[in-house]
Amino acid sequence: MSNLLGRLDWNAIPFHEPILLYTFIAVSLGGVAILAAITYFRAWGPLWRDWITSIDHKKIGIMYIILGVVMLLRGFSDALMMRAQQALSFGNSLGYLPPHHYDQVFTAHGVIMIFFVAMPLVTGLMNFVVPLQIGARDVAFPFLNNFSFWMTTFGAGLVMMSLFVGEFARTGWLAYPPLSGIAYSPDVGVDYYIWALQIAGVGTLLSGINLIATIVKMRAPGMTLMKMPVFTWTALCTNVLIVAAFPVLTAVLAMLSLDRYAGTNFFTNELGGNPMMYVNLIWIWGHPEVYILILPAFGVFSEVVATFCGKRLFGYASMVYATVVITILSYLVWLHHFFTMGSGASVNSFFGITTMIISIPTGAKIFNWLFTMYRGRIRFEVPMMWTLGFMITFVIGGMTGVLLAVPPADFALHNSLFLVAHFHNVIIGGVLFGMMAGITYWFPKAFGFKLDPFWGKCSFWFWLVGFWFAFMPLYVLGLMGVTRRLSHFDDPSLRIWFLIAAFGAVLIFLGILSFLIQLYVSFRNRESLRDTTGDPWDGRTLEWSTSSPPPAYNFAFTPVVRDNDTWDDMKKNGYVRPQSGFIPIHMPKNTGAGFVLAALSAVVGFALIWHMWLLACVGFATLLISIVVHTFNYKRDFHIPAEEVGRVEDIRTRMLVGSHV
Amino acid sequence: MAAESVFAAGAGVAGGTVAGGAAGAVPRFYLTREHHPENGTLFGFWLYLMSDCLVFACLFATYAVLGRNYAGGPTGGELFDLPLVAVNTSLLLLSSITYGFAMLEVQRGRLRTTLVWLGITGLLGAGFIGIELTEFTHLIHEGAGPQRSAFLSSFFTLVGTHGLHVTFGIVWLITLMVQSAKHGLIPENRRRLMCLSMFWHFLDVVWIGVFTFVYLMGVLP
Repeated sequence: MSNLLGRLDWNAIPFHEPILLYTFIAVSLGGVAILAAITYFRAWGPLWRDWITSIDHKKIGIMYIILGVVMLLRGFSDALMMRAQQALSFGNSLGYLPPHHYDQVFTAHGVIMIFFVAMPLVTGLMNFVVPLQIGARDVAFPFLNNFSFWMTTFGAGLVMMSLFVGEFARTGWLAYPPLSGIAYSPDVGVDYYIWALQIAGVGTLLSGINLIATIVKMRAPGMTLMKMPVFTWTALCTNVLIVAAFPVLTAVLAMLSLDRYAGTNFFTNELGGNPMMYVNLIWIWGHPEVYILILPAFGVFSEVVATFCGKRLFGYASMVYATVVITILSYLVWLHHFFTMGSGASVNSFFGITTMIISIPTGAKIFNWLFTMYRGRIRFEVPMMWTLGFMITFVIGGMTGVLLAVPPADFALHNSLFLVAHFHNVIIGGVLFGMMAGITYWFPKAFGFKLDPFWGKCSFWFWLVGFWFAFMPLYVLGLMGVTRRLSHFDDPSLRIWFLIAAFGAVLIFLGILSFLIQLYVSFRNRESLRDTTGDPWDGRTLEWSTSSPPPAYNFAFTPVVRDNDTWDDMKKNGYVRPQSGFIPIHMPKNTGAGFVLAALSAVVGFALIWHMWLLACVGFATLLISIVVHTFNYKRDFHIPAEEVGRVEDIRTRMLVGSHV
Repeated sequence: MAAESVFAAGAGVAGGTVAGGAAGAVPRFYLTREHHPENGTLFGFWLYLMSDCLVFACLFATYAVLGRNYAGGPTGGELFDLPLVAVNTSLLLLSSITYGFAMLEVQRGRLRTTLVWLGITGLLGAGFIGIELTEFTHLIHEGAGPQRSAFLSSFFTLVGTHGLHVTFGIVWLITLMVQSAKHGLIPENRRRLMCLSMFWHFLDVVWIGVFTFVYLMGVLP
């Protein structure tokens, strides 16, 4: 029996940790309630047929975003716990989190927010929007898309599982050795980290390949590269970065696991190993990663600014070139994450200068957005508010970034709360605001009704003000020399800043709450918020030319592109929506294979984490056989008959007429 | 809104009998026939290969940094049996040629000879893996296993990762042989054989790097 279960026994279940126990009880009750509700509403069949096995890029995009939002709740509860601990733990008080638990919390917070919140939100938006913007019916490899989503989700599942079975890494979100090596982290925490990221990483890489192939091969006729919408451009660059960066993460984590599992000496301090090799490699992935997250956000802002100013985007070509330059430069700056490694003045200067150069194309983008607004008819709808909040907040974050890029300044500020404030400044102010703008902007396209603007504005203001309250004190503390990742402080004079930061976190909590209320209120009022036109914002790009939500085939006829802002061009030059002469449409078929393969991968990962070698071998063999068996299925597509297309389009025609009387 | 007026025009046409009621001066905004975008499989697979190439790049870089960290243990000069590696290299290079012959037969649409050449390719690949495993066992028995030093860790990982790729290539090759025998050289199978062809040649190129960088340069003092 012990062979079958490996290291897993009852000690792995945290009965002795009241916080975890109560969380577990709450999560279980919630889970049981959801499962019961699905059963009660007989939703299992539709859920499996229409969502889990769906290869429709729109549904997969929506599922990615749901995953991101759910994981945001988890990642943010970690944040609240840290803020509370640091506000309480002064002098004689040790707070309520023991250090070993606190260390897991900050590690999980970082890992979850980057890999399982930001990445799914970004990938979800790209998945949903890109094929619609380029006039395609789906992505290049629809089955692979479903598989990628489930790999990401099962990776997230492994991280969640570590909360209740065993523990998570206590190493910080990048798991530097030697701390993450077997000598200092003999438990399962780092193994959860490794296998969750490896499994999710396969998903991310494949989705990157998929979207590049989609953008390169499947654009509507007439859409040359320089006629692509800016969001599609940023998506292309982001996916190039994904394909060029994630293999590095895969390789470096594989070497770390060999150190931990096979006793090799890559990153140990013995027998010739070199931990700094790990730090270099992981940042060669890690720095492009932050641009993977921010570029699509830049794309969202470009779409939003042009739409809500009712103007063509200012400086389209410079926007494209700026994006491409950032893509390239993002590979030449990784060493700024460890100026203190001791590479010497010349190497540090090189990386300091390349880092500062990145702010030039980024600044060009800011000016492009400003000039688009200049003399535009600005409509202050919620997506535009997020965009303005971003422009102000992100510029500050960018400037503290340039400050940190100066190696001597970095020697004083590295590993301090100043750094923590800086990257939250750019990730919340940039990525998060961008994703919120994007979700609000494209929500009516996805679901057929707008989000309630009142609660959207509440969410925006709570997030914006909350962000400033939560992170400006950290800049101050960092300048005073307070280092990151501490669970206890002796100097009571620092406490006021942590209290202010905690207050900010509560405001952000209200921002998240407002967003959830917004979803509920909008669903309740969906009839009055209904978008019958397919073009609720007077949009400029192709996704607004089809219905909201779009039919499974996206476009009854493939559009022909003549201009950057295709839909604007169509509206202005007498486009008439076709209402007859439909032809059958060739579409891919749904399949459960992606879900099954990803689930098997998660089983193998779990077995490896707990050293259940037999299960790992059996699981891996089953996985391999399932892949081979899947390739024997040659019947992967079907035709939507012309009559069916006609029926769907007629419904839309009636809707458009209805919206008009 | 501008959008609505356009829709109104569309709706107006719906009431009439002719769908293409718009005036001749209006430009064409959509295709009325089915649009077939180019198949992206070969391009996508090429992208995958480049990502895989980066995995190897990391392993090469690690070998470059750690490859002389012997930790008082054996060096490449003491361990590598160059004649054996030369035999192994020629097996793999030969297998690339035979795969090329198989693809020529695919072009000619001859299933039987395709299968024969694929079979030979697989056997050569299996021979390569066999010799590599012999080498590994031998090294481990000599006490020069991957745990001995950072040099050996990076050596086993780089060479082993390549070997693992070849092994999966053989599994894939067998699968494609069965599928070709079953369904013939249909377009799907041709595409799959083309992908495996790229994979197989890619592994050859990587091996040339391994042979030069690890083995030949490894025996230099």
